[in-house]
Amino acid sequence: MANKILAILEQREGLLKKVSFEAASVASVLAKDLNLEVEAVVAGSEIKNLNEISKYGIKKIVHLKSSDFENYTSSGYTEAISNYAKEVNAVCLIMGNTALGNDLAPRLAVKLNSGCVMDSINLQVETGEIIATRPVYAGKALVKVKLSSGIKVYTIRPNVFKAVLSENSDAVIEVKEISSPNLRSRVVSFKKSEGKLDVAEADIIVSGGRGMKGPENFNLIESLADSLGAAVGASRAVVDAGWRPHREQVGQTGKTVSPSLYVACGISGAIQHLAGMSSSKYIVAINKDKDAPIFSVADYGIAGDVFEILPALTEEIKKIRS
Amino acid sequence: MKIAVCVSHVPDTATRIKIGADRKTIDSAGVTYIINPYDEFAVEEALKTKEKLGGDSLVYAISVGGDANKESIRKALAMGVDEGILLKDDTQRDSFGIAHALAAEIKSLGCEIAFFGKQSVDFDNSITGQVTAELLDYNCVPVVVDFKLEGSKIIAEREIEGGREVVETELPAVITTQKGLNEPRYASLKGIMASKKKVIAEKPAAQFSNYSEIIDMNLPPSKQPGRILGTDSSAVAELVKLLHEEAKVI
Ligand SMILES: Cc1cc2nc3c(=O)[nH]c(=O)nc-3n(C[C@H](O)[C@H](O)[C@H](O)COP(=O)(O)OP(=O)(O)OC[C@H]3O[C@@H](n4cnc5c(N)ncnc54)[C@H](O)[C@@H]3O)c2cc1C
Ligand SMILES: Nc1ncnc2c1ncn2[C@@H]1O[C@H](COP(=O)(O)O)[C@@H](O)[C@H]1O
Repeated sequence: MANKILAILEQREGLLKKVSFEAASVASVLAKDLNLEVEAVVAGSEIKNLNEISKYGIKKIVHLKSSDFENYTSSGYTEAISNYAKEVNAVCLIMGNTALGNDLAPRLAVKLNSGCVMDSINLQVETGEIIATRPVYAGKALVKVKLSSGIKVYTIRPNVFKAVLSENSDAVIEVKEISSPNLRSRVVSFKKSEGKLDVAEADIIVSGGRGMKGPENFNLIESLADSLGAAVGASRAVVDAGWRPHREQVGQTGKTVSPSLYVACGISGAIQHLAGMSSSKYIVAINKDKDAPIFSVADYGIAGDVFEILPALTEEIKKIRS
Repeated sequence: MKIAVCVSHVPDTATRIKIGADRKTIDSAGVTYIINPYDEFAVEEALKTKEKLGGDSLVYAISVGGDANKESIRKALAMGVDEGILLKDDTQRDSFGIAHALAAEIKSLGCEIAFFGKQSVDFDNSITGQVTAELLDYNCVPVVVDFKLEGSKIIAEREIEGGREVVETELPAVITTQKGLNEPRYASLKGIMASKKKVIAEKPAAQFSNYSEIIDMNLPPSKQPGRILGTDSSAVAELVKLLHEEAKVI
């Protein structure tokens, strides 16, 4: 039996998350390079779109199923997935670096006596070994890391790896009922935040800083975000001032994001802010100070007043979108 | 109850990173080190827990590393932590190595709860708490923004994409702290004076060989400075055109 590489999928409310497809895709590419067999594994109750994984080079999906797995339980998922990984002699696990992956990956690693590399932005096979690249110091530097443990666990940063479609074939779904899962620690409820979209998951982010002058002016940021289908972000200065909630903070002590487009409005571009967003694919800066450091990382900038530019920009985007 | 709080000693977040000559570490010349910002929330929560429990509860601040880490331990002492412990190791440990040392110490002290920061802002691994918990077979709730301890029951809220999960579990446990959980207290002058007199216990860190090896450290590829398209709303049309046609992001 060939050794296995497992893509650990993540579902919420019975739907696989986008990063699961990215993990599946990465795992199937690594499987080819390392001559391993690839499988996808997911813990959950009912899952609606399981078969979609087959588009990403996966031929077998193992569903570790329990009605107690509808919500996340770190003890339950850890036990079920690590037992399965041991059973099939998995040598490598790949999953998304999400809130769930961040909790689960290190625990699986301990159970499997393996090391883990978190938040990889590149995974490559060099002379038969997986070399991971990951940001450190909030993206101010990058390291290449090699694991020396027998089994290896990696999480991948969402939105960075492409979920590559391979030839479409059906996958076998194997359901394994998990009887009496370990529920020592479990999620009992979920409080959805009012904000529509989370910066950690958004493809476009519009962020506001102290240049917005007050919380009442963030409707300008929200309108632009709405017109783009974007999430609203914020600098720490406005979070500390209580204008915006902390979950919107982008930066070294906020969230690290890498959307396709980041629009910084009235943000100076302090090093701690840049650390959290400079790996965005495209950056637009709007700031009335043409010497603001944000312009050093921006692809396009307007050195003008947010109160004039933002409404005009929102109008222009609406035009092009309609 | 015995309470542990684990603190790391990290470069100030304003530091510009220069790669060291070995290309595996940063050049620390001229770098100011501080207590990891998230660990201040951990210290605060440990102190609040002690205050709530009363009696003869004790809080230990533990750090793994070289002598310099004593500075961050002292910061925790100045805030009100009872005892400081340095698990001495001058080599660079990975998170597993650090967690092994911490787990051994937490166990030998008999701490039923240990607070960690959610992430150390040097290597940003964000796993040391979870690994330590698993090694100790303790429960663990990471990235906590609300924490309640009722008897041996824990109700904690943790931040995830799009909202908060409410998690229920039991002691013994590890909690990793996120901004929003509390407002770390300032060290009082009295606290600072008292912390200077305290002896920080030094012990060798439990042996462990790293699981990961850094083979290279580099700066991210630098970006060409972008184009400033104008200074008023007349530049908006061009901006949208570029985003649509050149960048193809909208
Ligand atoms: C330990 C630590 C951690 C930190 N972590 C973070 C973090 O995670 N994220 C973060 O963002 N910061 C962080 N910071 C704070 C950081 O150093 C800056 O203070 C902060 O990013 C500044 O926010 P700002 O750009 O909104 O405000 P400012 O620096 O005050 O900039 C406001 C900008 O708005 C412009 N402006 C003003 N009026 C207008 C107008 N009408 N039109 C257009 N532009 C205008 C100004 O030219 C200026 O550039 C951290 C700091 C420390 C010490
Ligand atoms: N060397 C260390 N000594 C003590 N605690 C540490 C050390 N490194 C990390 N920690 C703790 O683990 C948390 C998470 O760190 P990390 O997993 O490195 O991001 C930190 O916020 C600290 O509470």
